[in-house]
Amino acid sequence: MALRLPLAAVLACALAAPALAATTQDAPKAVHWSFESPLGMYDQAQLQRGYKVYREVCSACHSMNMVAFRNLGDKGGPFWNPKYPNPNDNPVVKAIAADYQIADLDSDTGETIKRPGTSADYLPNPYANPIIGKAANGGALPPDMSLLAKAREGGPAYIYSIVTGDNATIPAGLTLPPGKYYDPYIAGDLTPYWHGDANKVPRGGLIAMPPPLSPGKVQFDDGTKPSLQQEAWDVAAFLEWAADPKMEQRKQLGLSAMIFLVLFSGLLWAAYRGAWRDIEH
Amino acid sequence: MSGPSTYEPKTGIERWLDSRLPIIRFSADLMDFPTPRNLNYWWTFGGILSFCLLVQIATGIVLAMHYDPSGAGAFVSVEQHIMRDVNYGWLIRGMHATGASMFFLAAYLHILRGIYYGSFKAPREVLWLLGCVIYVLMMTTAFMGYVLPWGQMSFWGAKVITNLLGAFPVIGKPITTLLWGGFAVDDPTLNRFFSLHYLLPFVIAAVVALHVWALHVPGNNNPTGVSVKSKSDTLAFHPYYTVKDGFAISLFLILFAVFVFFLPDAFAKVDNAVPANPLVTPAHIVPEWYLLPFYAILRAIPDKLTGVLALGASIGLLFALPWLDRSKVRSMRYRPQARIFFFVWIAAALVLGWCGSQEPDAQLFPGVTTFNLIDYDLNSVTWVSRIGALCYFGFFAILWLLPFWEKPLPVPDSLYTPVLSSTSATPVGAVAAAEKKA
Repeated sequence: MALRLPLAAVLACALAAPALAATTQDAPKAVHWSFESPLGMYDQAQLQRGYKVYREVCSACHSMNMVAFRNLGDKGGPFWNPKYPNPNDNPVVKAIAADYQIADLDSDTGETIKRPGTSADYLPNPYANPIIGKAANGGALPPDMSLLAKAREGGPAYIYSIVTGDNATIPAGLTLPPGKYYDPYIAGDLTPYWHGDANKVPRGGLIAMPPPLSPGKVQFDDGTKPSLQQEAWDVAAFLEWAADPKMEQRKQLGLSAMIFLVLFSGLLWAAYRGAWRDIEH
Repeated sequence: MSGPSTYEPKTGIERWLDSRLPIIRFSADLMDFPTPRNLNYWWTFGGILSFCLLVQIATGIVLAMHYDPSGAGAFVSVEQHIMRDVNYGWLIRGMHATGASMFFLAAYLHILRGIYYGSFKAPREVLWLLGCVIYVLMMTTAFMGYVLPWGQMSFWGAKVITNLLGAFPVIGKPITTLLWGGFAVDDPTLNRFFSLHYLLPFVIAAVVALHVWALHVPGNNNPTGVSVKSKSDTLAFHPYYTVKDGFAISLFLILFAVFVFFLPDAFAKVDNAVPANPLVTPAHIVPEWYLLPFYAILRAIPDKLTGVLALGASIGLLFALPWLDRSKVRSMRYRPQARIFFFVWIAAALVLGWCGSQEPDAQLFPGVTTFNLIDYDLNSVTWVSRIGALCYFGFFAILWLLPFWEKPLPVPDSLYTPVLSSTSATPVGAVAAAEKKA
């Protein structure tokens, strides 16, 4: 009986550990997601809106190297259509790809050329190399967005908080270095830039990205009102999909696996009871 | 293995094979192995661990087919190729990554069971030592495996841990250079870690075979710690324990599946979703949960070499356990004092684990500053680690000292006695039934 305790304690320790870190910034805003529950799936309309925000705003500075156009039409993706099980046949995907000019080599002459994208191409990087990217952004390379939602504590809620953050309202007493913006949700130490009470240094840190979104920045095709919160919510959901594109497949298979395992365990329990029926132990 | 074999070859082929390679006899004896009838569920972790090792090897072999052990390609081959393009790559990698944590969870419970019930005591010292060897090999393998995705935490974890060896005078530097394959953690490091990460699981499998062999000579310990005295104390391994272990493995798989399918990143660090960058140090370099207590012990000590030695001792003392614990009574069921220290020891390890996940100068009580003692404020995680480490090491000393004053409770005459006294069934009939089955 007493030995049951350590199991719970070990588990609790294991689960609590990743969440523990000294916090100098505000916790991400509480946001509701369609995918947050164990069987929750992506909202496809939201992913499509989010893609549009990415395409028209984020992709000007952020690469998404691990996502190919065909992935947009994968099962669980923004433009999945059951009529086109092979996403390379999906006309929406093909049209999106063809809209881009991709750097390539002419297969006859070896010259550098630009050609329309195909569904097999990966989303093009806005910068030819990281040095250009840094030079264009005051020395800070905008991070690749393929895994961004997995690479930040808080995931999509963090992204939502950063892009809807309070970086427009700078606390009085904070002098920002040129080319930097204040954000309460980013980790950092603002002490060097603070001129007020030394015990009241604002939480948060500096970010090189100017506030990227504003109301009406994107016109949604489905008529959704493009408020700042809506744009941020949708693009954060899209980035979660980009970081975890197999989530729907994973949860669906997981449900089947759980049902099987519970039934299988029941069967083994019965076999165990049967074998031990006449055994004193 | 041990004991007289009861196998009788029945056909001509079996007789022919039996006098040349008695592999059927070997398997039959494994299945018939007399196993104490009073084993509880804490004894199912051996089977669960064998299962974990098989899962890690099977998924690992498939992952190696798709993995690129180069600094430029490793991260992309994992996060893009395996996770997005390989059919069910996300599942295979999820099982492998989660499987490491599950493996350690089961290993810790298995080790704790061995300590609580005195399974390390004579005549099972070699069995215990082999288990300790497996544990050290597991930690080495897990550490090298964690480096392979070549994320930020992979890279910096490799740097921190390999640098520890540099603390040793004279030999430290050459060993580190040899491990790195150069003068920094780089492609050669990744290549040799990949090679060793593929090799070591098979070494583990070999030591597991020795571990099982060493188990089959003295036979299983049991919750009473009382040795098997007669045939009526035991049951054949099959079907009684195959079906019980099978049931336990199935329950364990449910927990495993919850993490693989619904919480795949529960054990992951966000920094490891960022590709390795030697120029940017992550804010918090933290090892995986199963290494946190040892990491806390390392950081608790101001001097690097002493810290590394304490880290080594925290694991090395496990090897000495059969000779540190002088009590004649095996099971802590009958050692009320030892039992209390055992649970204090577990609590100390958990507190140390928590400390390992924190910044060393983080405050236990926020906003309270006391005074500095040996580099750190008294109200800091480091001081909690120091007290935790004292409790952790104290346990080993207590085990040696306890027999001077501890009065164990009366131990039953046979492992079967408490079984009979705990039920209202007629003992005579029960024994007869047992003999029929066994």
